[in-house]
Amino acid sequence: MSQIFPQWTNKLPAVLLAAVLVFGAGGVGFLWYYGSPKYTDVGYRPTQPVPFSHKLHAGDLGMDCRYCHSNIERSAIANVPATQTCMNCHTLVLPQSEKLIAVRESWATGKPIEWVNVHLLPQYAYFNHSLHLNAGIGCISCHGNIAEMEKVQQMQPLSMSWCLDCHRNPDPHLRPVDQVTNMNYAPPADQAAFAERVKEEKKLNPTQDCSGCHR
Amino acid sequence: MSAKVEHHPETLIQGNPKFSSVTQHISQIVEDKTKMGWILLFGLSASILMMLLGAVGYLLFEGIGIWGNNQPVSWAFDIVNFVFWVGIGHAGTLISAILFLFRQKWRTSINRFAEAMTIFAVICALLFPSIHVGRAWLLYWVMPLPNQMAMWPNFRSPLLWDMFAVGTYFTCSLLFWYVGLIPDLATLRDRATTKIRKIAYGIFALGWHGGNTQWKHYELAYLILAGISTPLVLSVHSIVSTDFATSVLPGWHTTIFPPYFVAGAIFSGFAMVMTLALIARKIYKLENYITLNHLEKMNKIMLVTGMMVGYSYGCEFFVAWYSSNPYEQFAFINRAFGPYWWAYWTMITCNVVVPQLFWSKKLRTNLAVMFVVSILINVGMWFERFVILLTLTRDFLPSSWGWYWPTIWDGMTMVGSFGLFFTLFLLFLRFLPMISMAEVKNVLPQADPHYHVADDHNADKSVKPHPKPGIEPGTAMGGAGL
Repeated sequence: MSQIFPQWTNKLPAVLLAAVLVFGAGGVGFLWYYGSPKYTDVGYRPTQPVPFSHKLHAGDLGMDCRYCHSNIERSAIANVPATQTCMNCHTLVLPQSEKLIAVRESWATGKPIEWVNVHLLPQYAYFNHSLHLNAGIGCISCHGNIAEMEKVQQMQPLSMSWCLDCHRNPDPHLRPVDQVTNMNYAPPADQAAFAERVKEEKKLNPTQDCSGCHR
Repeated sequence: MSAKVEHHPETLIQGNPKFSSVTQHISQIVEDKTKMGWILLFGLSASILMMLLGAVGYLLFEGIGIWGNNQPVSWAFDIVNFVFWVGIGHAGTLISAILFLFRQKWRTSINRFAEAMTIFAVICALLFPSIHVGRAWLLYWVMPLPNQMAMWPNFRSPLLWDMFAVGTYFTCSLLFWYVGLIPDLATLRDRATTKIRKIAYGIFALGWHGGNTQWKHYELAYLILAGISTPLVLSVHSIVSTDFATSVLPGWHTTIFPPYFVAGAIFSGFAMVMTLALIARKIYKLENYITLNHLEKMNKIMLVTGMMVGYSYGCEFFVAWYSSNPYEQFAFINRAFGPYWWAYWTMITCNVVVPQLFWSKKLRTNLAVMFVVSILINVGMWFERFVILLTLTRDFLPSSWGWYWPTIWDGMTMVGSFGLFFTLFLLFLRFLPMISMAEVKNVLPQADPHYHVADDHNADKSVKPHPKPGIEPGTAMGGAGL
């Protein structure tokens, strides 16, 4: 009987096995890293219609977050300030600045500035902003140190597993409610005991049910 | 049949073939020019398969709403057809694994295509839950894969057990079938006359040359796979039954479900093997390989498993009465005398009454009778799952009672799954040896090492010895199976 296959084909099974292992592991690794929101979403930094600097306002000038984002403690949705809020100061401060042309235009016409949303939550995930602040979760836990950002960027993946990480163990993120906007807050030495106390007092029980967020 | 056979009722293969004529006969089916009849049947099956693809395509585009499922019957034809097809698969595993371990040599004539039938039936079965999930592109969610949603399958859900059970079942059946095919694939490779056939069969024969060491490893591998597959015969349909039994619905929440489902699965599986065997043996003239003896044995198994199924039907009624649970009692009375009474009595007729014909030797050795009965049994077993499903139409609260009727898309998907099954099966008949040549040679009288000296040692002189056929000296494949 003549040989049908050349001799090198004897090595084929081993080569195929190696290829499957290498490319399989490579493919999994590629998706694991590049497919994760830690890669695809973190660092999203859109250019806003007005070159507003959070570093200048919240950092150097020390303004509280709630001066502009005024409803974050009361509303399910964190609000972006109206043009009028900007003009509270900017009628007097730098009234002629070129950077503020879009703001003055909006003020004159009554047409809102179209800020670009940085933190995009999917519509099928229910999220209540005020609940988290009143539980004592600091801004910095989700948004990063805004006071140091020239241009705001997404710091956390906002993936479901990221949400669940905190819902399963909120302790390291809890702080007194009057400290939530403080970007330089140092947790007390007995953070664990403090967290236990807060959870007890407020009856905090972060949901892990599907229907907690997917309502 | 010739008079020779009359003398040797133990002979499994009739016509007293030589090793080489077995190879010749079975290989020729694959090697001959494609017959017109095959082309016509394949065209028909493939057209029905196209209808399935259309129905599934529209389902993916439009959603589950095109089916008749709606509260309170939240799953319907999808689960019925799933259980139906998984059940059919069981005969293949029983024949290939359990009968192998029990050294039932008559299995060799039917195990190859029973196993093929298993694999194709499981493919049809897997289709239904895959499209039932609605978003078929997210099907990988049923697998425990680490992901950025931190989502993990619900291990308390029998639907997840299904995924593992049927997945394991498919993998094991496929391996078992393929390992069994290797010696025969090598035969086809060695007989191949065209380059393409040589290469194609050559690849899948994995370099088999029929040497002693290879046979030793092969038989051990086959034995191990039989050992692995044996518990699957019992476990797979038990787990499928928990889809129903772990719910708290009267009529479903019973411990009899696992054994009852397994018996039904083997029952329907043998019926399907019978239907296919009768057709194949007629068309490809395999009467010497699949003898009346084989068919009768399968009929006896159907009689036994049919009685088990009948006993389960009776037991359900008994327990409903004995439990004094009014909901349980209502569920069964409603089955038999409610709005779907016709489905129940079709089931009873086909599954319990009809197989009783096989008590008569005359009837269970009559080809026409067994063909009709085998088809009726599968109709009955389909209705069994339909009847179980319809329990959903009337549960605790009369205010939430409902009605179920399939839509055209349900029907097209169900009929289409038969197209998928027969397309695959016809491809198998055309391109692979439908009877295991190597194993059949093993049960020929010549394969007995004492065959040549049988005359001298045979105590019973009244039995005429076999006429000795010439035995081929070992070509690469000639001695295969020894």
